Amino acid sequence: MSETEYAVVLFHSTQGAIKAERVLVRAGFSSIKLIPTPRQLSSDCGTALRSAWSDAEAVVAALQKAHVEYESIHKVEASS
Amino acid sequence: MIYFDNAATSWPKPPGVAEAVLHYMQDVGASPGRSGHQLAVEAGRIVYEAREALAQLFNVADPLRIVFAANATEAINLVLVGYLRPGHHVVTTSMEHNAVMRPLRCLQSTGVELTVVPCSAQGTLDPVDVERAIRPNTTLLVVNHASNVVGTLLPVADVGAIAERHGLLFLVDAAQTGGAYPVDVQRMKIDLLAFTGHKGLLGAQGTGGLCIGERVDLNRLQPLKRGGTGSRSESEEQPDFLPDRYESGTANGMGLAGLGAGVRFVLATGVDHIRVHEEQLTAQLLAGLQSIPGVRIYGTGQAQQQTATVSFNVEGIEPSDVALRLDDEYAILCRPGLHCAPSAHRTIGTFPRGTVRFGLGYLNTAEQVDAAVEAVGKIAAKKRRAE
Repeated sequence: MSETEYAVVLFHSTQGAIKAERVLVRAGFSSIKLIPTPRQLSSDCGTALRSAWSDAEAVVAALQKAHVEYESIHKVEASS
Repeated sequence: MIYFDNAATSWPKPPGVAEAVLHYMQDVGASPGRSGHQLAVEAGRIVYEAREALAQLFNVADPLRIVFAANATEAINLVLVGYLRPGHHVVTTSMEHNAVMRPLRCLQSTGVELTVVPCSAQGTLDPVDVERAIRPNTTLLVVNHASNVVGTLLPVADVGAIAERHGLLFLVDAAQTGGAYPVDVQRMKIDLLAFTGHKGLLGAQGTGGLCIGERVDLNRLQPLKRGGTGSRSESEEQPDFLPDRYESGTANGMGLAGLGAGVRFVLATGVDHIRVHEEQLTAQLLAGLQSIPGVRIYGTGQAQQQTATVSFNVEGIEPSDVALRLDDEYAILCRPGLHCAPSAHRTIGTFPRGTVRFGLGYLNTAEQVDAAVEAVGKIAAKKRRAE
């Protein structure tokens, strides 16, 4: 069992998370995934966006370039 | 059958709309914006893509500034009820639909001041009259883009410039023009654009919404409804961000799937192309009806000054009887009466009798217009012979 590092990006609204996903898919990010917001990050029941931690900087740059607002970005370790 | 009731609801729908509704119902089905599992995410994507298509059509900078509602009426109520307060003064026109008039008359009884600027008997508006009606306590201008009775286009870009100059918010009811005539919220300086999904946007009934411009202070625009949004579930306060602030409760997912497909058809076809076809049909219909003795047409009589909605009467026959005979004897479906717009009918001089309204759409044809003109001609001729 190994630990994998992810970046999890939180948004105000679930439609905002989907907007981010659309932008990133069109920018060629293939490993991103929309997930239920992890309980340890927020008690929100919404949707968050996960990417490989190694892509975190590029994800943030792509979102800023497309003027997509996000609430916060977090490093999460998950066992796989 | 000839369907000439597109001003009420467009039918048939173009290819792809029914399929999108069915796909949503059969293959997606989950609650958009809730849960986060793969079907909920897919449902959310379909809703977002409808928002994105509408943003492209209306030139809205950010799709998240479009909020969905059940119809244009709900979107208009959101603005009027959510924004106007006792002591505010609002300016509108005499050509408005009851979707605007009824909430405004109700608000008037609570202390909102209202000026209804008269339009001409052809339904045209002089923007100078709007500017003259502005008072120190005016906060909002409300104008329809085109009349649902006679199709007359109103000069929304001119009114938008007036609103901007006086620092007022500008609400446009685009129920009759969205998808059928170019609408550009930035160029026309429209702060609040109410649209419906099931007319010119060629989507499903039960869909509509509001485009909210950057000048609108969300804290001053109260939601009509408050409730679950799939976000901020820890809080018992309504979110203050878009679109969630105005989208409580489970969305009409399958309806919005159909709306997205309808708008994508409009975008692929091109509003300009749709407009050219509808203007040609309108000119043909106006010329045909004008050639029939005993038929009176309302509005400007000029195809380029109106949508593809044409109102007329046949001398000596009630509008409801004309419509019934068109339906029974010629299978031509239209709408007689007052069209939920008593003020507009007073303006054009047809209250309380009403008119016969032919609402043409992009999927109508020149052959259908010819057949309808011939049918009206026969009804009028029979009446003349009987006298």
